[in-house]
Amino acid sequence: MATSKVEGSSSLRHAFGGVLSVFILLLIGVVAFSIRLFSVIKYESVIHEFDPYFNYRVTQFLSKNGIYDFWNWFDDRTWYPLGRVIGGTVYPGLTLTAGTMWKLANSLNIPLSVETVCVFTAPIFSAFAAWATYLLTKEVKGTGAGITAAAILAMVPSYISRSVAGSYDNEAVAIFALIFTFYLYIKTLNTGSLFYATLNSLAYFYMVCSWGGYTFIINLIPMHVLLCIVTGRYSSRLYIAYAPLVVLGTLLAALVPVVGFNAVMTSEHFGSFLVFIIIHVVALVYYIKGILTPRLFKVATTLVLTVGIAVCAVVVAILVALVASSPTKGWSGRSLSLLDPTYASKYIPIIASVSEHQPPTWPSYFMDINVLAFLVPAGIVACFLPLSDASSFAVLYLVTSVYFSGVMVRLMLVLAPAACIMSGIALSEAFGVLTRSMKFHITKYFECSHTEAPAKLGESTSTESSAPLENMTKSDTTEKPEVARKEKVARRKQKKEKELTENAHVKPVSAKKEKRPLVLPLEASIVSVFLLIVLGGLYVLHCVWAAAEAYSAPSIVLTSHSHDGLHVFDDFREAYAWLRHNTEVDDKVASWWDYGYQTTAMANRTVIVDNNTWNNTHIATVGTAMSSPEKAAWEIFNSLDVKYVLVVFGGLVGYPSDDINKFLWMVRIGGGVFPHIKEADYLKDGQYRVDAQATHTMLNCLMYKLSYYRFVETDGKGFDRVRRYEIGKKHFKLTHFEEVFTTHHWMVRIYKLKPQKNRIRGKSRKSKLGSKSTSSKSGGMTHKNPWN
Amino acid sequence: MICFRLQQIFSYHEREREGFRAFAVSLSIDSNSTFTPIDHRSDGMDRRLQFAFVLLCLGLLSSTARSDLVVSKAERLVDLNSHIVRVLSKLKVENEGPDDVSEVLLALPDAQAKNLAAIRTFYSDGKLGFVLPTEPIEPKGMPSDVTYYSIALPKKLGKGKTVSLDVLSIFTRSLKPFPEEITQAESQLVVYTDNMYYTSPYPVKYQSLVFRLPGRVESYTKYPKVELVKSELRYGPFEMQPAFSYSPVVVHFENNNPFAVANELVREIEISHWGNVRVTEQYTISHGGASLKNGFSRIEYQARPYMRGASSFRVLIAKLPARAHSVYYRDEIGNISTSHLWGDSQRTQLEIEPRFPIFGGWKTTFTIGYSLPLHDFLFEADGGKRVLNMTFGCPLDEVLVEKHIVKVVLPEGSKDITVATLFPTKQSEDVKYSHLDILGRPVVVLEKDNVVPEHNLYFQVYYKFNNISLLSEPMMLIVGIFLLFVACIVYMHTDLAISKTSSSYLEKLQWEEVQATVQHIKNIFDQYLAAHDKLESSLRDLSRSGDVQSCKAARKAADAQFKELAKELKPLLTFLQSCSQASSILPKIEELVTKEKEMQEKEMAKHTTVVDCFEKKLGGKDIESRIASQQQKLTSLKQEVESLLDSISEI
Repeated sequence: MATSKVEGSSSLRHAFGGVLSVFILLLIGVVAFSIRLFSVIKYESVIHEFDPYFNYRVTQFLSKNGIYDFWNWFDDRTWYPLGRVIGGTVYPGLTLTAGTMWKLANSLNIPLSVETVCVFTAPIFSAFAAWATYLLTKEVKGTGAGITAAAILAMVPSYISRSVAGSYDNEAVAIFALIFTFYLYIKTLNTGSLFYATLNSLAYFYMVCSWGGYTFIINLIPMHVLLCIVTGRYSSRLYIAYAPLVVLGTLLAALVPVVGFNAVMTSEHFGSFLVFIIIHVVALVYYIKGILTPRLFKVATTLVLTVGIAVCAVVVAILVALVASSPTKGWSGRSLSLLDPTYASKYIPIIASVSEHQPPTWPSYFMDINVLAFLVPAGIVACFLPLSDASSFAVLYLVTSVYFSGVMVRLMLVLAPAACIMSGIALSEAFGVLTRSMKFHITKYFECSHTEAPAKLGESTSTESSAPLENMTKSDTTEKPEVARKEKVARRKQKKEKELTENAHVKPVSAKKEKRPLVLPLEASIVSVFLLIVLGGLYVLHCVWAAAEAYSAPSIVLTSHSHDGLHVFDDFREAYAWLRHNTEVDDKVASWWDYGYQTTAMANRTVIVDNNTWNNTHIATVGTAMSSPEKAAWEIFNSLDVKYVLVVFGGLVGYPSDDINKFLWMVRIGGGVFPHIKEADYLKDGQYRVDAQATHTMLNCLMYKLSYYRFVETDGKGFDRVRRYEIGKKHFKLTHFEEVFTTHHWMVRIYKLKPQKNRIRGKSRKSKLGSKSTSSKSGGMTHKNPWN
Repeated sequence: MICFRLQQIFSYHEREREGFRAFAVSLSIDSNSTFTPIDHRSDGMDRRLQFAFVLLCLGLLSSTARSDLVVSKAERLVDLNSHIVRVLSKLKVENEGPDDVSEVLLALPDAQAKNLAAIRTFYSDGKLGFVLPTEPIEPKGMPSDVTYYSIALPKKLGKGKTVSLDVLSIFTRSLKPFPEEITQAESQLVVYTDNMYYTSPYPVKYQSLVFRLPGRVESYTKYPKVELVKSELRYGPFEMQPAFSYSPVVVHFENNNPFAVANELVREIEISHWGNVRVTEQYTISHGGASLKNGFSRIEYQARPYMRGASSFRVLIAKLPARAHSVYYRDEIGNISTSHLWGDSQRTQLEIEPRFPIFGGWKTTFTIGYSLPLHDFLFEADGGKRVLNMTFGCPLDEVLVEKHIVKVVLPEGSKDITVATLFPTKQSEDVKYSHLDILGRPVVVLEKDNVVPEHNLYFQVYYKFNNISLLSEPMMLIVGIFLLFVACIVYMHTDLAISKTSSSYLEKLQWEEVQATVQHIKNIFDQYLAAHDKLESSLRDLSRSGDVQSCKAARKAADAQFKELAKELKPLLTFLQSCSQASSILPKIEELVTKEKEMQEKEMAKHTTVVDCFEKKLGGKDIESRIASQQQKLTSLKQEVESLLDSISEI
């Protein structure tokens, strides 16, 4: 049946396969980009949530003032009166990327606004991430697995949740950088090429620029290296893959201002240095082993071991002592809460208060990685047949990321690529086996119809099964005693490429015979293929649903569907626009830190605290003010030069993540620094409530008053739709604050601090009495024209 | 082009006439035309009076300067409904002097003149109406605190002749809020001050003054000849007033109509010859009325929006041209969702709601953008030029634009640009770079302060543009992408190795050679297999036809081919053996060769057996039993050979 045409057709098939996979990858990129555009289509091209607003603002600054001003930028619009050195405290990767893209477009006279570039950065980088996944998986298990993994990653909900259009956050580019760094590591490991090792450290540098999650890389790779050494897989390729990364990578990482000397001084990085030492020792041992006779080597080993253990013990003792002498043991709070999931809630309420720092629930696994959760084990199995350096890395990556995702919801994002790679491998292998056996049966069937004996089927399979097995074992055994490295590399390359092409050409229908041992019955394989396709279809449906419904909301614009159509709640921007246009440029606005970034970016006003929660005391001060009675709060705010106080209130429309629901954190964080604020004062029998049974302290604190001021007049009862009960204290007046603006749905309420009263001569009692009458007068003086 | 202008003029004239109801004037002479000097220093709201007093003295002194013209009738209608004050003066001017007169002077006190946004004189000659040129001048020997405008009459006015002129003057910022600050619940009260008599360099024989008011009147200057009828306040008639007569009149009334002031409006009109005109308008809107004091209470506003917040405005209506599409409404922090758009064949109406209601002193910014079909606005003009005909003003209703900038972005490569407007504007040129421009697009910038809806007239931009330049950008893109591909091809086909003698380079070359050889070997084996197939098919033929001879011939041919192929294979194998890089595949190839040899032998043996059997005329079953073992081996060998071939081809 094989004819002379085979030669032509096989090269054609290669070319066709290449073009096809390029085309498929292109489509995957398009899918990755376009599935993230739901937010733009359903809402608008706008920056989402909180942190992206800060990044957006930094990018605007960068594009306006240039890179040097960016490095030196001291931002006086935030953390008043402390300010913040933006250039030195921000991971600049994302900003620089978007800034470069913007500059490139504008230098070609393509008039894109900074906002547009920022909105679409994440989708663009998701496409890149999908391609990087292809490369990585290709290195691990071949082209077929690569393409499958890329397709899966392009639409994994976990990643979509962080990279929809408008979600302009570090993770958007960091996941690409993470996968690409891993790819280059594996590539170096497979080829032993210094070229790739250098690229690898550059990719690592980009990752360090982009995200604090780079510590994951600098811990995972050493772990893998250690694993390789322990399992006897040490080779010079491993050395080349690791040593340049540590040296160059650490040097480059230290160039990023926010990392700086942390790259050598915090314990997150110590593991890599330790492994760096170990790999050198191992390399030395291998070298000595090569030049010594076995007997001499044995003697040397015992000698070195005794001395070495002693020295190591001393060094380790010193290290431990050094590390232990620092209060957090040299680990930052977030990393510590990674190792000990209960650490944050015990010691740092500010970390625990962020919902994305909480451990995930089981449904969130299903929501975020869906069917991948079931495919992953199969992928792990596939990685063990046979276990190579690359596949062991993939397994290790998966295992560690599963652990981390169990600690923090946010790190589900790190798990997603690992799960995609594993599922890609699993699906690809499964499809490989199934289609192969289907093809086998079909070709057999045709052949038998040509010739005579259908009974030969069994025999031929048996002979077939013996031959390749032999073949495989032979190649495995011949490989080991090979000494010359180059040959080994070449061999590995061949083997790998063989695998690749095997996998790549499983699908194109050809008249070739199959030779793999594993052959399933035709019916079973057809059914399984069908089921797998259904599974994939379900996954795609889920992803599209998640992208369209669950993860597209920009959170500054809310919508609700009612019987009379779509209703838009645009209160946040209403309030920010009001602040922007109708207050003085230098006015300070106090709010809970969640709204800090948005206020500086959208309202362009100075805030006291923001989402970069670097100063706990400052946040605690605001928390204390919010939980104090009006007068004390006024004094705190006045001392901070605050002019406006902004609160978010959802009680009228039922917006659950408002300040009253966050209030307990304000009390906790405030109480953590100022002990006169006691959480117990705000709880009635351990329950948090603002209805009639709430405590006196609760009903008199500033947050309660600012939220519910004149709320009772809306419906006459003061029914809070979030808490679903009537509020406790309904009628009250404000003495130290006055309402200056409330948005259409009451979601944002802005109050102004009344100016200090004129001192009234006489007794304090008198002044107290007079306070009511003067309040209106002083109100009259405030007009002093804030908006002219 | 003339046609455009006339059209405008007509429509305007008609509009004004409709807007201002004709009013009857009773003939009565007012002898009390003296003025009462007031000490205005305490009254901060109007400084105009003060200098008007001075003006009047001067005016009396020089009232004889031009005594040959007399205003025989002056009816003034002052429309105070919006914050833009429109004064329509219907004049009858009579020439009492001996000489023919070709111009008529209008006078405005400086205090009013500085707020003047537009002045226009309509002249009706039977059926045709004209707008007469009205230019500010500085005549000699006249009081200096007055600004003069001269109207050039279309034909000279002879002795004793009369001419009717309708002068429409539009003032901005003439309504002063009083009190200047109000709470949310209060209504906005404003004060308007004017001269009770028509300010003119000529004596006025008969005149009257009517104020049209939007609502309740708080107070007004009391005077014998005044009556308040519904929303109209009428002064006069007065007769025989000398030139520059003056008596202040102050009206204090409620006006809750939106005082929408655009502090700045930048209108960018970008022309694309691909068929689109893109208009982008950036507004900074503020409320020009009384400032809000004591904060804004949403609960009060929501409970009774028209009472509590009467002075604010929530909605602005933009009248866009027909067929406007791709409309957007946003500000610097994103889309503003509160807007409605509807349209018919005549116009498109966009109702926009700023993010928050605008109270006195509040401010907001937003951007409106829309696209228009090019053929509605761009026409061919004489001399191969093109002319863009667009409206100048802002499409929002009753908005005063303090600083109005119109930028017309012409396509790249436009030349000989001239602009024609009906009123003076400050013109400058600029360049804008957009969408792959190299030279940039020429931009005509027109600037004008105090633009009122009456300025919403058409203006024309003439320019030359070659259609070929339309293709320059697509061509640039095509060439760019083409060059990219060419570069890729060149890169793939050139040898970029720096050192041609380096070991890795040589290795690479050798490896390529090995690959080619392996390919060749594979071909040979494919031919082998083909030969085997031929033999098999000859056997099948034999069993069908029983032609032993042809079968033998086939065997012979196959044998010959086998030999030939073996010959061909030999040098290739030796080459591979000499190559160090081929060491990894060599064992497989050698294995392949031996397997194939074995297969040949078996095949031949089988063939001969079958043929022999046929010659001996044995039964089919017999033959099968004889060759069964051979057949089995042969199949397995074939499988092995094919799998080996596969594994080789995948190198």
